[in-house]
Amino acid sequence: MECQEEKPIIYTMENKPIVTCAGDQGLFTSLYTSLAQQLPREPMEWRRTYGRAPKMIHLEANFVQFKEELLPKEGNKALLTFPFLHIYWTDCCDTEMYKTSVKEEMMRWQSSLRTHGSADWVIIVVETNDTKKKNKTNILPRSSIVDKIRSDFCNKQNDRCVVLSDPLKDSSRSQESWNALLLKLRTLLLMSFTKNLGRFEDDMRTLREKRTQPGWSFCEYFMVQEELAFVFEMLQQFEDALVQYDELDALFTQYVLNFGAGDTANWLGSFCAPVRSWSGLLLRRPIDMEKREGIQRGEASLLDLRSYLFSRQCTLLIFLQRPWEVTQRALELLHNCVQELRLLEVSVLEGALDCWVFLSCLEVLHRIEGCCDQAQLAANCSHTVGLWAYATDKLKSLGEHCGLVSEKGPTSEDLNRTVDLLAGLGDERPETIHSLQSPYKKLKEALSSVEAFERHYLELSHAAMEMYRAIGRMRSARLVGKSLAEFYMRKGDPERAETLLQEALKSYVSEGWSLPVTHTRKQIAECQKLLGRTEDYLQTSALLAGDVNLTTEERKHFCQEILTFAAKSGEPSHKVTLSMSVFAQLTRLQFHPATASVHSGANLRVELTLRCLMPMSVRIEQVAAIIHFDVDHGGTHGRSKGAQRQTSPGTVEFNQDKSSACPPSSSFTGPSLELDEIHDRSPSDNSLNSAGVVCKNTHLLLRRHDSNSPPNTSNCVSPPAVAMKEGAQMLKVQDVTLEPGINSIIFTAPSEQPGTYTLRQLCATVGQVQFVLPHMYPSVQYEVYSQEPQLTVEPLAEPLLAGLPQIVKFTLLTGHYTVKKGVALQLSNTDTMPILPSTSCTARISNPAAELVGESVLSIQSSEKVTSISLPPTPPYHTLEFQLEVLCIIPSGSDRPANERLTNGEVRHRPRSYSHPDTPMTAIDQRMSIDCPWSIYSTLLALTFYIPFKTKHSLLSAGNRKYMQVCVQNVSDVTFMLAEVKLTEKQHASLELQSLNTKTQQLLCSKHSVFCLWEVRWKDDLPSCLQCVFSANFSPLNQEISAFKPFHYQFQLERVTTLYSVRAEILPPAGEQHCRSGFLCGLEVCITRLSEPTEGEMAEETDTDGLKTTKLMYEVADSSSNWAVCGKSSGMVSMPMRANATHKVQIEVMPLFAGHLPFPKIKVLKYLPHTAAVAIQPDPDSCVENDSLSLLDKTLDDQADTASIRSRGSVHSVGSGDQQQRGVAMPRLEPFSPGQVFNNSHARQVLVLPATDDHIMEVNAT
Amino acid sequence: MAVCIAVIAKENYPLYIRSVPTQNELKFHYTVHTSLDVVEEKISAVGKSLGDQRELYLGLLYPTEDYKVYGYVTNSKVKFVIVVDSSNTSLRDNEIRSMFRKLHNSFTDVMCNPFHNPGDSIQSKAFDGIVSGMMQTG
Repeated sequence: MECQEEKPIIYTMENKPIVTCAGDQGLFTSLYTSLAQQLPREPMEWRRTYGRAPKMIHLEANFVQFKEELLPKEGNKALLTFPFLHIYWTDCCDTEMYKTSVKEEMMRWQSSLRTHGSADWVIIVVETNDTKKKNKTNILPRSSIVDKIRSDFCNKQNDRCVVLSDPLKDSSRSQESWNALLLKLRTLLLMSFTKNLGRFEDDMRTLREKRTQPGWSFCEYFMVQEELAFVFEMLQQFEDALVQYDELDALFTQYVLNFGAGDTANWLGSFCAPVRSWSGLLLRRPIDMEKREGIQRGEASLLDLRSYLFSRQCTLLIFLQRPWEVTQRALELLHNCVQELRLLEVSVLEGALDCWVFLSCLEVLHRIEGCCDQAQLAANCSHTVGLWAYATDKLKSLGEHCGLVSEKGPTSEDLNRTVDLLAGLGDERPETIHSLQSPYKKLKEALSSVEAFERHYLELSHAAMEMYRAIGRMRSARLVGKSLAEFYMRKGDPERAETLLQEALKSYVSEGWSLPVTHTRKQIAECQKLLGRTEDYLQTSALLAGDVNLTTEERKHFCQEILTFAAKSGEPSHKVTLSMSVFAQLTRLQFHPATASVHSGANLRVELTLRCLMPMSVRIEQVAAIIHFDVDHGGTHGRSKGAQRQTSPGTVEFNQDKSSACPPSSSFTGPSLELDEIHDRSPSDNSLNSAGVVCKNTHLLLRRHDSNSPPNTSNCVSPPAVAMKEGAQMLKVQDVTLEPGINSIIFTAPSEQPGTYTLRQLCATVGQVQFVLPHMYPSVQYEVYSQEPQLTVEPLAEPLLAGLPQIVKFTLLTGHYTVKKGVALQLSNTDTMPILPSTSCTARISNPAAELVGESVLSIQSSEKVTSISLPPTPPYHTLEFQLEVLCIIPSGSDRPANERLTNGEVRHRPRSYSHPDTPMTAIDQRMSIDCPWSIYSTLLALTFYIPFKTKHSLLSAGNRKYMQVCVQNVSDVTFMLAEVKLTEKQHASLELQSLNTKTQQLLCSKHSVFCLWEVRWKDDLPSCLQCVFSANFSPLNQEISAFKPFHYQFQLERVTTLYSVRAEILPPAGEQHCRSGFLCGLEVCITRLSEPTEGEMAEETDTDGLKTTKLMYEVADSSSNWAVCGKSSGMVSMPMRANATHKVQIEVMPLFAGHLPFPKIKVLKYLPHTAAVAIQPDPDSCVENDSLSLLDKTLDDQADTASIRSRGSVHSVGSGDQQQRGVAMPRLEPFSPGQVFNNSHARQVLVLPATDDHIMEVNAT
Repeated sequence: MAVCIAVIAKENYPLYIRSVPTQNELKFHYTVHTSLDVVEEKISAVGKSLGDQRELYLGLLYPTEDYKVYGYVTNSKVKFVIVVDSSNTSLRDNEIRSMFRKLHNSFTDVMCNPFHNPGDSIQSKAFDGIVSGMMQTG
């Protein structure tokens, strides 16, 4: 800072409150130094009037010799020169001397004070040992002088006389008396301040209250209040001083406002005088006496007054170390002054105020720079930047005013204006005359030439922009930049202007401020036109042509600009490519048909809805949509890949932001995630290989956010680089006229090759100009598929029931195959599932859109092996449907037909029955083999039928008599009628089966069973093995008799003959009539052989008598714990193998309860000794399930199961061990077949009386 | 009274901006947009010091030669800006505050409208009426 050396002399710092000294001047002079030093050392509390907060204050004083002239005259309001305290110094200790001279002198001093009404005085009596010694002779008590003075002058004010002892000695006594004196002086000074300032303030207030009176003058009042400010400043109470100026400021402001409201004060007249000088603020002096005098004389202009006032405020604020408040106030002041001049209608030369503001801004900045270091300045940019920007602004308008901005330079008129403005600046102030960069010099230089102006303006602009950027006020920085751009434009430098404008535009676009966007864009367009950047210009023009903020004329102008260029015949190879989004918006795309999936060669139309943003209709030479073609490797299953999730099928809505005016929220949040599921199917069998989720718009989501092209291309400053991909295929329409608003364009889509066609880009060509939409989003695709003919057969209703005629539906998707007349399907007939001839079989033909296009009657010819169905002629990609009635015959039993070959050589698949987990019904898969004319292979189809019944049989015995029971359970959901229930035996003609069933027809409800019973009668011998066939007719309920279908059930019974009869008898204890609980009774088991030995039966042993015997094992088992068996519960019996051989066994049992107890169970088992193990009959467990016997086996298995359950009990362990160690020669037990042992006493009961002395009663409640 | 009233979304795009028709609308757009700098500055300064106990009224954002720009920010960071002519000295701070409060109330009503999509520009007639009332010279 070159002005550093001329640091302002602070005038008021020289001022100190005046204290007069009278009396012994020599004495005072000797004490002056220490007094002046020590007085400010200790702070004093200054209590204030009017509730102002007390303050600690360091007092200083300017000691001057007392002169009568110093005393203020009546009416003199000057405070600075006001003596606040009068001191009389004396070291007199001689009474005589006092009486003769000192007293008189004091009296004179006192009287002169009194005449001027000053009561602030003090008499200091200095006592030294020297003086004491000197006057030793006529010594008086030393207090007497002081007392005398007190009695003479201090009338009841003893504190007005102070004694100072030995002031020059360095003793504690001297120090004490010094302190007392200083304290006294400070107190008195403060008292004087309070009193005199209070009086002054009162006077001042009175004066202020008179402001409504006609003669009142603000300037006078100003001087008075400023006096007070000066005093406060003198006392270093800068805060209070500032308050005085602020009050003056406010008062003046109020007057100006009142003036504006029509309340004129006379004195304001002087401020309304035309402004003649605009030299700006002057802040380098503490007091600008020149201006102050002007005010005093009432000649100051408004700017003078304001300048002076502000310079004082500034000085005080800097004392208070609040430089940033200065800048803030400065800005307010400058704004305010401009307003006030306007309000007061003061005539100002145009540009003069700009000069004043400019100079003032710089002056304030200089002043601040002068009292802060660079770091502080940098950290407080936010406070100064406003001034910088303001100065920049003002300089710019000055430049424009003086013709310094135009390309040509100033005209003579401009020069005249400049001269006038410079005249008002006056001469440079002496303070800055040596400073090289004073505001004055800057302004003068800036106005002197175009180049200098530019330099200064750029310097200021850049400084302001830098600062704004530094504090993060980017918008403000850009606004300054925009202003700079405008300057460049006027200077004819569009290149620099454009960069600045683009930056500003980016900010407006990103924050969605449409009006600034439009305005800036218009400026950019101008730049680009000047720069000859055709492509950019056309792009911007397109944006502007579609900008609703502009008038229609403007929009038409810009649209015309594009069309004019387009019509120009340039070299055809070079076309200008522009972004489509600014020209027209794709709003909707519709496919006809809506599935967007057609077979190859079909007609697919695509309807595009475009919203044209241009203000007038535009003729487009060609609209083309470029297609990306993917060969569909998946083959023929195109239909399953419904790719798009669409709200309405075949329609894709493109929701773009309507225009640049729309809130750019999308640019903040980014596009939303779009997910789609994918299935990867194996091409061979269409099975699912993998499934996953893909993000469809990764290219949008993963783009760099700081990249130059924001997602919203319509807001884009420059169009994105759109390279038309030279796609092989495209949708094209020639010569379209786009009207403003919604337009609809219909394309015919190519559909020759099967595959996926994705619409990628859209391109509209107008002469030299191409509008390109680089990405269509969401992606739109359609599929063209080629399909092999497909034949499916499915049941019309689930489930298909075996045994009844069922309807199956044949569906033929013709695919690319054309069904010609006479083409027939050949169905191989099978025995198990004959096709039932029907009189009228109609085929329905429907087109791909599932609309019925025709019906015709099928002709079906059945030969022995083949059923041939002649199909009606059907075009490709149509669906042919017809229904046939088939019957699946329920397999009845064991007969196992030899493997047959079907007519076509296929091995006949025997229908295999199995139980299905979903249904209790047994399922049968029936395969159909169909020869189709389009394929050399037969089509194999499977139908699943369900057997509605479950059949069980059982053999019942009564002694030698035999009964057969068949249980038919309906496991389907249908209710049937059962008729003609029959049981036949195949092998033994002599056997008679007598039906014990009464009804001819029986109702068999769903999930219910029907039991049928036959008695077996025979003549000679009962064969041990019976092959039976159960047959019945059934039909669903409420059908005519002809609907009855047969049902057969074959089963085989072996070892039917009853070999043994077991009879048990309970014998009460001897002498008793009945059994008693708790008493032993006898159980007599009598096993009788009923039949002669048969051939199949083997004897294990030969008796000594030569009789064959067999070994049986019996066992008494009581499962319900009614009986306690005493002793052996089981045993072995050797039975002779002849009829009526009997064996009796006695066992002791004890009933445990009273009542009718069931007999304990008696089991009889075959005992096979180890030698016989080899010859064992086929074990039921080893029975391997095979195809033909499965039904039968099942029942046998069941029986075996029940048998094995029966065989459990005490012998269980033996049995199980036997099963595990099969083949090892161990004795085994084998159960008899049901029917071989007849239990006579089965379910018999015996009465058991309670024990006589039963005193325990048990009640079992169940 | 006011010469321009603007409502600015959290993301700093204008939800509503209306100025006295006699004056250059564009200038006000620039002014209001630039004032966002100061609004953001004030919001962040307040956020540091006080936390949630926030004064919605931001006071004078910045004066220009011709206008005074006042700011107000709702808890959801929607900003209100009122531009007043500098020559209009009769307006006190309290009146500006009450204007903002009125504006806020009306804005809340707009937001309560179930058919209003938050983030869209305000097209409510009631709101328009309130704003008109504030802009009438009176």
